[in-house]
Formats: sequence, structure tokens, C-alpha cells
Amino acid sequence: MPQFQKKTQITRIERFSSDIVRLTLDSPDIASVAKPGQFVMVRTGNGKDPLLRRPFSISQTSNRKHFQILFKVVGRGTSLLSHCREGEFLSVLGPLGTGFTVDCQRMNCLVGGGMGIAPLLFLGKTLSRTCPENRPLVVVGARSKDELEPMVNDFNEIGLTVHPATDDGSLGHHGLVTDVLKKLDLREDSEIFVCGPHLMMMAVHFFCEERRYSCQVSMETSMACGMGACLGCIVPVKSGAYAHACSDGPVFDSKELLWQVK
Amino acid sequence: MASEVSSIDLRVSIGSLKLKNPVMTASGTFGYAREFEPYVNLHRLGAVVVKGISLEPRFGNPPPRIVETSCGMLNAIGLENVGVDRFISEKMVTLRQVNVPVFVNILGDTLDEYREIANRLADVEGISGIEVNISCPNVKKGGVAFGTDPEMAAAVTTVVKKSSTVPVMVKLSPNVTDITVIARAVEDAGADAVSLINTLIGMAIDHRSRKPALANVIGGLSGPAIKPVALRMVYQVAQAVSVPVIGVGGIETAEDVLEFMLAGATAVQIGTANFVNPRASEEAVEGLAHYVATERMGSIREMIGGLVLP
Repeated sequence: MPQFQKKTQITRIERFSSDIVRLTLDSPDIASVAKPGQFVMVRTGNGKDPLLRRPFSISQTSNRKHFQILFKVVGRGTSLLSHCREGEFLSVLGPLGTGFTVDCQRMNCLVGGGMGIAPLLFLGKTLSRTCPENRPLVVVGARSKDELEPMVNDFNEIGLTVHPATDDGSLGHHGLVTDVLKKLDLREDSEIFVCGPHLMMMAVHFFCEERRYSCQVSMETSMACGMGACLGCIVPVKSGAYAHACSDGPVFDSKELLWQVK
Repeated sequence: MASEVSSIDLRVSIGSLKLKNPVMTASGTFGYAREFEPYVNLHRLGAVVVKGISLEPRFGNPPPRIVETSCGMLNAIGLENVGVDRFISEKMVTLRQVNVPVFVNILGDTLDEYREIANRLADVEGISGIEVNISCPNVKKGGVAFGTDPEMAAAVTTVVKKSSTVPVMVKLSPNVTDITVIARAVEDAGADAVSLINTLIGMAIDHRSRKPALANVIGGLSGPAIKPVALRMVYQVAQAVSVPVIGVGGIETAEDVLEFMLAGATAVQIGTANFVNPRASEEAVEGLAHYVATERMGSIREMIGGLVLP
């Protein structure tokens, strides 16, 4: 699998709300080989503090030249990134990890919550292209309309119908994405692709287990390197051991993982 | 640049082992080397020290295992590794394909475990040296780390040395009152070199959740934050022992390497920097070559212990 360490130029910055930012980065090397579900490690500055790179899933690529990352400001690293300007360069490692595995014959359904929607847009775009006769269903949720609407628009732009849900009811269903998912008319051979908060992914996993749907989850953990060296990004698996989110994942078959309330 | 580098003398020796340059990678920060192949020309490094190996496989600690701190990070990985047998049957097969000296870092909870691992590695082709991690808890002595007691540190060194046919380097813990006492003890027990420092024990707390940041509560601090401590300890140990000292702790660039060599290090290991810049080790080699060329030095060895005191 090709991996690159590149200085990538920020070509576009979009601020969806006070704390949600999308960066478009120029890197033909990374954009042309990235697969949905893969991620990049980004340096947030040039100094020694903050020291470590931050992992971000690739939320979209375009023209085999650009790729995007979408994030919420949650700490110092993301705060620094949110203050970058167009034209600046960021050091990026990637693409890293395994991607989603897709099967055009199945009924595909994307379920995302909050920033977890990011990799699903890339997946939705790819599925629309590779399985034009069988477009995926999309269920996405966030705190409010401000946060969710830009992402709903992105899915609409590629011709996908979206079932939104918000915590405050300002867009779509007032409540959880799992409420919406349970009401959908899903076929027996459905494959669910999930990325979002841990509790949401756990709820979707148990729902899929009950209905015997396949379920692929994209796990988020903290990590230092992103390439299998630091062993920090572990995810508990059923056998009692650990898998590494960076190299064994971040996408896993949800049945392989040990689901517990953190 | 490549041809220029090869004509510049960066060679150093660790016991009977000749390295083409003093830049090694630190255990636990470079996987089994193959992970870094997309980024690094591995054959350009002085040596690679692979992830610590125990007799039996270890799953390691529960998450969270790592947390970033000011200019550094804390880890409590819990020595996750595949165990010595799988290391030999799987990891060594690919490591042999890499044209770079390989040090195998070994660890155990008892003297017998250290002896047994060293025995199993003794006839394995492609191993240039052993690095002994003595920061592990001694199970028979109530969990006190081997590395904090000079007699126990010497005992571990003796058993590994007896079972090994390659140079043995002992990695010293900084979590002691006087590191030179431990250094002398392992030198007397036959160590061919000492590497220092292992991580400094530290802790991070999240005041909002009132919980420790690591599931293990405490962990090992590494990165630029510990460089001054490492430099000081390398400086002290280099004066206390006559075997080569390998400097470890917060090293990222060629300038850092030069500073450790001036303090008395024969070679260095780059650790946490590999996570941030996977090319750090190779870039340090390039930087050293550039320095030796521009300073018109006969050899990088002129730097070792060359500190100019006020």
C-alpha cells in the first residue's frame, strides 16, 4: 500500500460553525490512491508542542489531486489547525489504515454521527460511482442543523437521499440516528457502514447483530504514529486481545470487536 | 548527496560491532522496521533496535495507553509483543531482508526468562546485538524493577551475556538515585555497552473527569521534554564507564545527535521523533554527514566526549 509523507498546501478553508472546519489539501500522491475509510496523520504546527500528529479520516477526494479533512475543534491541535490560512503548508502522512470493503450486490446503508460523517461522504461518493444501480441509503445525525446541514448538502450534491436526525430537532428527526435506522425498510442482505460516537456505533452494532446485517465500523482512538509502531491505538477484540486501529483498522467488522460502555 | 555521504566517515564501534553511522532507532518506536520502509532507506541507518520481546506473547495494557504532554508523551503500552518464538519465525524473516544491523530488545520478569530468551536468540541468523531492558518489574523480588538495584541489574547482565554470542547492550532506567552506580554494575558484569535513558516515570490527570489520563495511571515520559535529563545522565555515565554509551532521550535531529556525542555518547537512538517524523533517523544521518563535510572533520568520532567545559 503506498504511503507518503508530504508537505501539502491548504487550498480551501470552510468554517461550518464556530468550531467545525473543513480543510482542502493539495496532494495528488495521497488523493489518487486513498480509499474510503483511510486516514491521514497531520502535524498541527512546526514546533515541539503540541508534539504529535493528529489523525483525521479522509472525507473526500477530488480529481485525484485534492483531499479534505473535516474536524471539530476539541483541543490544542485542532485549535491550531482551525487557525491555519489558505496557502499554508501542512505535513501529512498517508493514506493510512484499511478502508471500507464494499459489495455492490448488497443494500448499503451509511450511518454517521457528528464528525464521524466525514469518511462516509467519501464512501458515499465511491459507492455512487462504482455501484450506480444500487445507491446507498444515508442516515446522519449531529447536535443541530448548523452542524449537519453542510454535510447533508454534500450528500445531496452527489445525488444521495439523506435521512437526517438532530439532538435538538432543528433538522430532520428529533433524536438519534438509530431511531431513524430502525424505521428504514432494509433488505436482509444489508451492509451497514458506521462512524460516529462510541455509544452510537455500539447501538448500531447491536441492532445489526439482532437483524443479522453485516456491519463495518470505523473506530476512532488516540494514536501517536498511525503506522503500527507506537501500539497506542488499541481496540479490544472478542478474543480478549487487542487490535490496532491504525494498521488492523480503523475499519473493522463490528462482530470482531468487544463492545462495552467506556 | 548519497555518494557524498558514503565517502564521509561516520563509522562508530559498539564492542566488536562496527556501525556505518551512530544513528540507531529506539526500541518500541520503530516497530519491526518494515513499518517504516515507505519513508526510510533502512540500509542507511546505523542500526535498528526492534520492539521489546518477552518469552511469552503479551497483550499489553488496556486503553488509553498514550497521552500527549508538553513537548512529549506518556506511554503505558505494557510491553505488548508477539513473544520470542513468533519473533524468530515471523519478524526475523523480514528483518533479515533489510540490510541494517538489528538489535533485539529483550525483557523478562525473572532471571530465568531473560536467560531463556537469550538462549533462543543465540543461534538466530541476522541478529547483530542484544539490548537488555532492565526496567521491568522483578516478579520474585516483589515487582521492584531490575534496573533500580545494582546487584539485580548485574545479575541480568551476567545471564544474558553468558547465553549470547553477539554484543550485549544494557538499557538503563533513569528512575534511580544515581545512574552511574547501575552503569558501573552492568559494565562489571560484562555489558559491551549501555544505552540510556529509558523513559522517565510520569503521570497525567484530566481535572474535568478527575481521572488519570492513562488506564495504567502512570507511564513513561519520552520526547523532547526529557532531552536535558538524558544529556545529563549520558554525560555522567560516559565519565563513569569505559564501554560505549548510547544516548537516548528526545533526540530528533543531527544537532541533537552531536550534542549527545559531545556529552560522551558513541552512538544514539532516535525514539519518539519517529512517530512525528518517520524520516527523522535518515535525516539525522544526512545532517551528520553534512556537518562532518562542512567542518572538514576526519571522522564523526572526533565528537565523542568532545565537550568544551567552561
